[in-house]
Amino acid sequence: MASRVRFENSSEVGVFARLTNAYCVLPDGGAENFFSVFESELAGLVPVVRTSIGGTRIVGRLCVGNKNGLLLPHTTTDQELMHLMVSLPDEVVVQRVDERLSALGNCIACNDHVALTHPDLDKGTEELISDVLGVEVFRQTIAGNILVGSYCAFSNKGGLVPPQTSVEDLEELSTLLQVPLAAGSINRGSEVLAAGMAVNDWTAFCGADTTATELSVVESVFRLRDGQPGALGADMRRSLVMSSYL
Amino acid sequence: MLPGSAAPAAGSGMFVPTQTVGTVLCCICGVSMQPNPANMCARCLRARVDITEGVPRHAAVVYCPDCASYLQPPRSWLRAGPESPELMQILLRRLNRPLARLRISLSGAEFVFSEPHSKRLRLKLRLRREVLHGVVLEQTHPVEFTVHDRLCDACARAQSNPDQWVAVVQLRQHVPHRRTFLYLEQLFLKHGQASLALRVASAPGGLDFFFSSRSHAARLVDFLTTVAPIRTQTAKQLVSHNTKSSVYNYKHTFSVEICPICREDLIALSPQVSRDLGGLGPLVLCIKVTNAIALLDPLTLRVHHLDEKKYRAYNFKAALTSKQLVEYIVLDIEHESPEITVDGSRYQLAYAQVARASDFGKNDTMFTVRTHLGHLLNPGDLVLGYDLYGANLNDDDMDTAMMRHSLPEVILVKKSYEKRPRTRRWKLKRLPVEEDGANKAKGEEEKRADEYEEFLRDLERNSEMRFQIDLYKDDDYRSEMASTIGDDIPSVPIEELIDDLSLGDDDEEEDGEDANAHAGMVS
Repeated sequence: MASRVRFENSSEVGVFARLTNAYCVLPDGGAENFFSVFESELAGLVPVVRTSIGGTRIVGRLCVGNKNGLLLPHTTTDQELMHLMVSLPDEVVVQRVDERLSALGNCIACNDHVALTHPDLDKGTEELISDVLGVEVFRQTIAGNILVGSYCAFSNKGGLVPPQTSVEDLEELSTLLQVPLAAGSINRGSEVLAAGMAVNDWTAFCGADTTATELSVVESVFRLRDGQPGALGADMRRSLVMSSYL
Repeated sequence: MLPGSAAPAAGSGMFVPTQTVGTVLCCICGVSMQPNPANMCARCLRARVDITEGVPRHAAVVYCPDCASYLQPPRSWLRAGPESPELMQILLRRLNRPLARLRISLSGAEFVFSEPHSKRLRLKLRLRREVLHGVVLEQTHPVEFTVHDRLCDACARAQSNPDQWVAVVQLRQHVPHRRTFLYLEQLFLKHGQASLALRVASAPGGLDFFFSSRSHAARLVDFLTTVAPIRTQTAKQLVSHNTKSSVYNYKHTFSVEICPICREDLIALSPQVSRDLGGLGPLVLCIKVTNAIALLDPLTLRVHHLDEKKYRAYNFKAALTSKQLVEYIVLDIEHESPEITVDGSRYQLAYAQVARASDFGKNDTMFTVRTHLGHLLNPGDLVLGYDLYGANLNDDDMDTAMMRHSLPEVILVKKSYEKRPRTRRWKLKRLPVEEDGANKAKGEEEKRADEYEEFLRDLERNSEMRFQIDLYKDDDYRSEMASTIGDDIPSVPIEELIDDLSLGDDDEEEDGEDANAHAGMVS
């Protein structure tokens, strides 16, 4: 199920959230509306951790992770690192990376099996990614953009690439990632997809400007209507709750 | 492989993977479309943004109904026909500023028909403007111009005072014939000098050229100083003045007098002048008139050029003019010296035995004279000359010369040819000269025609004069094959003729003067 969220006055929710199949990292501080949406959607499924990274709130752009681990930039303070280590489940490895390109979320896009990275990333970082996240790493660009982490979003079920991607590139990426891909936009025509949305295998949070068409594309390509890790679909569960209220 | 690098590698013979553009769904309406920077289909974009917002739909232009011109602010008036490119330019200039302010570019404009009486001009513009990051929209936009009638300054002045000339050039020559003016007329036409004149009027002893500005008249006078020996006097008369703005309106008059010595005139120089010119003459022939006068002593073949200032100082008159030429028959010719060239013209001294054509068969009066036309004359030829023997002269200088020198009885001037009416394969253009009907004497018409015919004959004989002016092919000319064969009458070679530029439309009649000037320039 995909939902529309607004962080304060911004529709770029992917900037402020890192959502994986095992946990969700959100910035601390105000914006309770934003948190409540995430928490209501994820309650009981995955832990939602609230922290700053390097003192900033743009956690979605600075860190990257999947169900196996979480990579943090070198700007992360020890306190924040400790907080995350304590809060996240034990099987998630939290690791700080000494990488010149500190906005890891912009440079790396990954699901639980594959990662696409910025072509200029360090060799050491590349090894760290494959070790900590347990993924195969490919240096890639998407439709001429080197910030693959910003311009594409994919989960284990599917992925979204910018509208300018040619059909050949789309097929190549699809074979690489072993998931179906589609070209689409978010936030009423924006092509910075990962900045406008946060997605995992069973739910997605899109910016408040996202139109119904875009939302339906997101839902169909990420197969969010199929179900969720619980026994019942989220909508089913809600309807059950609703009916019980009646 | 960077997909973006495909284009630069295209020329280098490297393998370039094909790039097929995919389709995405429009983010508003969900229709499948080619991706664009806004990721919105054209319909949705157009529905959301109106690029013509702020562009005026109504504007006004000022039109002068008298001269059919439009006001180009601040104060120039441009002539433009209906639905002409010029009019389009004038109208679009009215919209330039709002379009530039809104950063809208114009990709096309066309007129939409409107009734002339409606006093409206309709334009259909195609406007182009960038809306969202790099998306350019194009949209049509109708604009209606209201035409306000107002007389332009020039027309308003003309309305209040129809006789609106500001400067006049009064060209005069005090001689009994109009040969000089016929020649000058051709020069004006060739150089487009009189094209700015409002009108050209014939006056006793010359022509009047009326101009709307003083500088146009001054230009004509300047031109005249280069082609004719003239003396100019200027005068101006105050018409009106405005004390508040210190604007004075004058009427300027240029009185131009051409010196009365013409080609082929015989002049008797006074002893003093003769001495000044190095013993020239005393009997001399004027052989050429430009801005200087060329005098030839036919007995010694000396040529002297006298400029206008010098002439005014001596101020001699012609003793005999071309009207008084008498026809002679050459009986015998005896060359005295070889042929020589002076100033590009050829002469040969010879002794000729001649008799008056009128005396021929009546008496045996013969004259043996020295002449400069030895190379032209053969026994039996007709020749024109001045008859000093029979002339009734009233000239002090001639009397003095006769007393001091033994003058010849005849001065031969030019060879004469049979005078029969003939058609010509060429023609000349004419200036539209207004004739003054009131003071036209009886027989004036024939006299004019005779003078013109004589001028045309002169042109045929004199290639040097022909070189100065434009001759046009006469389309009506029918060749007289039989009569021209074996004829030694000089004619104009066809290479010298110019194809006339004929403007078929009758509309062009009114600016005939202009058309003449253009024809001169084009051909």
